[in-house]
Amino acid sequence: MKSLFRIEKAEQIADKVYQMWVKAPHVAHHAQAGQFVIFRIDEKGERIPLTISAVDGDSFRVIFMAVGKTTTHLAALKTGDHIQDVAGPLGKPSDIAKYGTCVVVGGGVGTASLPIIARAARAAGNRVIGIVGARNASLLILEDEMGNACDELLISTDDGSKGFHGFAADLLKQVMAREKVDCVWIIGPAIMMKVTCEATRPAGIKTFVSLNPVMVDGTGMCGSCRVVVGGETKFACVDGPEFDAHKVDFNALMQRLRMYQPEEKESLERYQAHVCACHGGGHHA
Amino acid sequence: MSVHATEADTMHDRSVEERVRDFTEVDTGCTLDEAKAESERCLQCKNPLCVKGCPVTIDIPAFIREVAAGDIRKAAVIIKEQNMLPAICGRVCPQEVQCEGQCILGKKAKPIAIGMLERFVADWERQHGMVLPQKKPATGRRIAVVGAGPAGLTASAELARMGHKVTLFESLHAAGGVLMYGIPAFRLPKEIVKAEVDAVLSLGVDLRLNHLVGRSVPIQELLNYDAVFLGTGAGLPYFMGLPGENLPGVYSANEFLTRVNLMHADRFPVFDTPVRRGSRVVVAGGGNVAMDAARVARRLGAKVTLVYRRREEDLPARAAEIARAKEEGVEFVCCANPVRILGDQVMTGVECLRMEMCARDASGRPEPALKEGSEFTIDADIFIAAIGQGPNPLLISEIPGLKRGKRGNVIVDDDFRTSQRKVYAGGDVATGAATVILAMGAAKSAAQAIDRMFRQE
Repeated sequence: MKSLFRIEKAEQIADKVYQMWVKAPHVAHHAQAGQFVIFRIDEKGERIPLTISAVDGDSFRVIFMAVGKTTTHLAALKTGDHIQDVAGPLGKPSDIAKYGTCVVVGGGVGTASLPIIARAARAAGNRVIGIVGARNASLLILEDEMGNACDELLISTDDGSKGFHGFAADLLKQVMAREKVDCVWIIGPAIMMKVTCEATRPAGIKTFVSLNPVMVDGTGMCGSCRVVVGGETKFACVDGPEFDAHKVDFNALMQRLRMYQPEEKESLERYQAHVCACHGGGHHA
Repeated sequence: MSVHATEADTMHDRSVEERVRDFTEVDTGCTLDEAKAESERCLQCKNPLCVKGCPVTIDIPAFIREVAAGDIRKAAVIIKEQNMLPAICGRVCPQEVQCEGQCILGKKAKPIAIGMLERFVADWERQHGMVLPQKKPATGRRIAVVGAGPAGLTASAELARMGHKVTLFESLHAAGGVLMYGIPAFRLPKEIVKAEVDAVLSLGVDLRLNHLVGRSVPIQELLNYDAVFLGTGAGLPYFMGLPGENLPGVYSANEFLTRVNLMHADRFPVFDTPVRRGSRVVVAGGGNVAMDAARVARRLGAKVTLVYRRREEDLPARAAEIARAKEEGVEFVCCANPVRILGDQVMTGVECLRMEMCARDASGRPEPALKEGSEFTIDADIFIAAIGQGPNPLLISEIPGLKRGKRGNVIVDDDFRTSQRKVYAGGDVATGAATVILAMGAAKSAAQAIDRMFRQE
């Protein structure tokens, strides 16, 4: 028996960054902030986790950067195409409570996870400040949406092409210097989360990060996504994906993220060669 | 404890040189003439012990009688009356400790090769068109079955045949559970699993793939069904807690097997999922899962060493699978246990200690103890922990009031009913990791108990 999930809308929103609305009532009706889905594009596809970025009726949104074979293939799909398998919502929802003032910090495509968290945090009675960082202006995403979801939005670019010239961590420090911050979410590349969460460590501010290790089933059955948190091995798919940032062993995470680098490269090159051979046309994988 | 592999177990195996290069089934099965000849040896006992040894109580002498008479169709009908997954069971049941272990002929000579015959009949039927068993009229009762593994499929089939409306939830993209992700194709070809799953579905079972109950289906929605059967299995992999265990190159058997069996990583890059192909693999464990992992690793081209903490005669895997693993070149190091995974950025080896056998423990086997100072190292780039799995905690920890045992298993009564009145459970989620057929036997009894509950209401 085959499941098929229709792509209701697919579009590019920044350099190599795409957003996709997918119709899957079993996911959309139950998704909460912080949760993710597993996609398998077709019979030969791998299972990849993607954070649920927004929900509307029977559909939900994911935002991803085309970096590997599967995300490049996904980026080539258009409105009206189908994803063979969509499992979810998976993982524990974000720990939303009335903290006081919350800051949500996004790095690059990690910003995709923030609007749904910001809205939930605000609905729980928090004042929410958003910080969106990117390498340059062409990689910035969701500015308008974040502006609406947050009480205040700050922007940084590494090259100064838009907003504050510097890192999201610098903006976070500025906010902390200016006012009392009670809870922080930092979501982005592993290295960005590792560096940025140091800003809140000295003051002991409750800080969450959402981890993105390699997964297979996404339901706690394989242990591929194991991470070390507070000296203990946890499965990001069922114990997370959000964890106390100050307890995460980011080096171990990054080491495991590199595990399949040669295979990822081989797979992408093979795919690109295939697409070229088909004159950039459709996919016959 | 361990039973020797008999000639019948391995007489139809493909040659080692051929099979160790591929994932095609090792055992090629018997011919019609061989099946008939074997069936004619059956004594047709008045009080057949083989049936008592069968967790799903197949009328074994009756189906064997039909094979001897050449009526394979009728033999299939008899088997399917009790078991909707015969091609699977004929391949993976430990017959040597069940039906065949009870066979009276086995006391003096060879027992009847019941597994081989069951498989023959099921394969014949699949090739000649499957006939579905009778269904009772619709009762209007709605039942949720959680998990489409051996237990869930069996419960679904039984309940559907009783006329109940079954919704079967599966979190993965394929039904079959451990039959798909765990047991390799060279022991259980996946098209056979698919065919028997399809037969169960054609009884009117509504399969919902990609649905993780507790997430995609809220608990309250689950409890709104007239009854629930939990067959969520034992999919939580145990790690050993060794230093270095999170290094790249270290796998749980579940992950290693899932990547290959379910995701076809053996065919990367045609299939997208990769798996590390080590040149030297160490597998820790001695059960069927350890044998499967070791034999998969051999087929991916590695030199494989299996490390087991007890003596060779204590290996819990089926004798035939141990024999096949050895034939295929898996090296066995018994009375040893890994204590550390070596390496910096990636793993480079496994440090082990010899084990001493001490006083017998509760299982009657000598208790192994680490022999201090006996360290030795096996150079390896892949380590696979195949030391067991626990019940999946995710769903059962979220159902309110569900009593659980020390090992995380759901506690059930003699009717397989949990502490929640309408919720039943069977298979590994209730017992801890065991066999396909024990899960099926439990699921069948649970289905009968659910049906009784409806009639008493």
